[in-house]
Amino acid sequence: MPMPEWLRLRRAQAVPAEEAAQWTKCPGCGEMLYRPDLAANLWVCPKCEHHFRMHAFDRIAMLVDADFTEIGGDVLPSDPLGWTDKQPYPQKLQRDREKSKLTEAVVCGFASIGNVPVALGVMDFNFRGGTMGTVVGERLAQLFEQARDRGVPVIVVTASGGARMEEGMLALMQMAKTTLAVRRFQDAGGYYISVLTDPTTGGVSASFAFQSDVIVAEAHAAIGFAGRRVIEQTIRQKLPDNFQTAEFLLEKGAVDMVVPRRDLKDQLVRLLDYGVGATIVASNGRGTAPAPAEARA
Amino acid sequence: MNVIVEREKGLLELEQRIAELKAQAAQQPVDMTAEIAALEAKYGQIQREIFGTMTPWQRVNMARHPKRPIGTDYIAALDRFDELHGDRHFRDDHAIVGGFAKLRGRRIMAIAQDKGRDTKEKVFRNFGMSSPEGYRKVIRLVKLAAHLRLPVVTFIDTSGADPGIGSEERAQAEAIAQSLYELAQVPVPIVATVIGEGGSGGALALGLADRVLMLEHAVYSVASPEGAAAILWGDAARAEEAASRLRLTSDDLLRFGIVDELVPEPVGGAHRDGPATVARVLDAVDRALVSLAAVPSASLLDRRYAKFRRIGAP
Repeated sequence: MPMPEWLRLRRAQAVPAEEAAQWTKCPGCGEMLYRPDLAANLWVCPKCEHHFRMHAFDRIAMLVDADFTEIGGDVLPSDPLGWTDKQPYPQKLQRDREKSKLTEAVVCGFASIGNVPVALGVMDFNFRGGTMGTVVGERLAQLFEQARDRGVPVIVVTASGGARMEEGMLALMQMAKTTLAVRRFQDAGGYYISVLTDPTTGGVSASFAFQSDVIVAEAHAAIGFAGRRVIEQTIRQKLPDNFQTAEFLLEKGAVDMVVPRRDLKDQLVRLLDYGVGATIVASNGRGTAPAPAEARA
Repeated sequence: MNVIVEREKGLLELEQRIAELKAQAAQQPVDMTAEIAALEAKYGQIQREIFGTMTPWQRVNMARHPKRPIGTDYIAALDRFDELHGDRHFRDDHAIVGGFAKLRGRRIMAIAQDKGRDTKEKVFRNFGMSSPEGYRKVIRLVKLAAHLRLPVVTFIDTSGADPGIGSEERAQAEAIAQSLYELAQVPVPIVATVIGEGGSGGALALGLADRVLMLEHAVYSVASPEGAAAILWGDAARAEEAASRLRLTSDDLLRFGIVDELVPEPVGGAHRDGPATVARVLDAVDRALVSLAAVPSASLLDRRYAKFRRIGAP
């Protein structure tokens, strides 16, 4: 399978040409930042270390060694509830497709990271706030199932406001579906690392995000179950600034480590290395031992 | 204010007048049959008006009716119950009650969310909103059930998991995620019943089951209507509008294949005859347990996987 066009573009130049002549104001420190510089710095403000939310394509380009073979791209959203508020749900989806160049809030596929073959799922806040509907659940379930059969570890990078309201209970049930897929994968011997990025909340944090063998949180990410506003309305007081940050969760013991974006790939390569002894029993009952380490060096 | 309680007022007044007339008729020689019949006809008409076609928002209010049977009513109706407390780490969460029980002679692990009845109880139960300790208690009891080969029976009734500072500090998301994770592979039958309000992940944490039952007028939704309205439009006051769109009624969820079986309620709602409602639910749970008991645990797990795997699949 040829390298996807977006991945080739992102490798050739940091930012597609039509977006290049843009300046962005850092929400952290107010500094005006030149977008190509920002992209070259992995969308981290060089002045204040503010981590911008990353497009799934940029995230994949930053993590994988070379190629990326997408799966589940043909699974596309429908409108099971016939939802309309300010506009019909299909129109919202269309708008987000155009805005984000994505077909849904997660991109799944196979790649290698540090020469280790992996299954990789990357969520994107730009598509419906990264919310999980039936397509996100289905693509992730397929990813875990196929990872098991290929005998490779799974990395999922989360960014989500939770379950998608416009798909109602069908969206909530994706928590159960992804949980079952994760559990089967792990029970078969699979190694699963989650990377929690800004923001990871609601039904995503309360399912596959917090079911991994190792939980990595990206620096400064907001992570929690209830949204900050909901909590403030409930307790009728302002929350401290660091509440629900990755650093706060580390202190409370909820995540294994907090990693700044520039160190993320190296950290994942090291974490993957500890999993080389894992043997996955595929659904056909055959054990898949990983390739010997020297073959990968 | 509960809209069902408001609409019921006229009905309850009529009920009282009919009872009074009947008492008079029994004592006096005057024939009041016609008056009684007229009142009863009117009563039937109002009843049909109120309960014949309820809007989703009225269903939500029915599910939240102050007199509706709550989790501990179901627990109390079991043949036997020995409560098991605590998560072994931090404390005992009172929004979830669980323990060994017997249902129609069968040993089970019973786990119920409970909102509390009066103000004091509601505070004690945190209005049915569990903290992480509640879900960790569930995990512990489910593991114990697997160890002793006891089927797990859950009763769901919560507006959602507790959204407080302490709950976040103790990783509410992780607790719910791990409760789902435990239910995913536990090799004993699980039967879950939505008895009132099934609100969001805090409800689903007890709902990953082999058989999901739902009372006719219970609701089950991706977020509480207030929560959904706040998320969608930044305005919790638009809860009624959210309720009308979320497809949270039992017939909708049966159609989507999310719920397996509806348990009918007495005319006028579960609260009009609490004990009968509880008995009907327990009968339905018992029937489900009988059919699941025949399934070997390996195929039980395969079926559980397939049941949720197909929801939303293309």
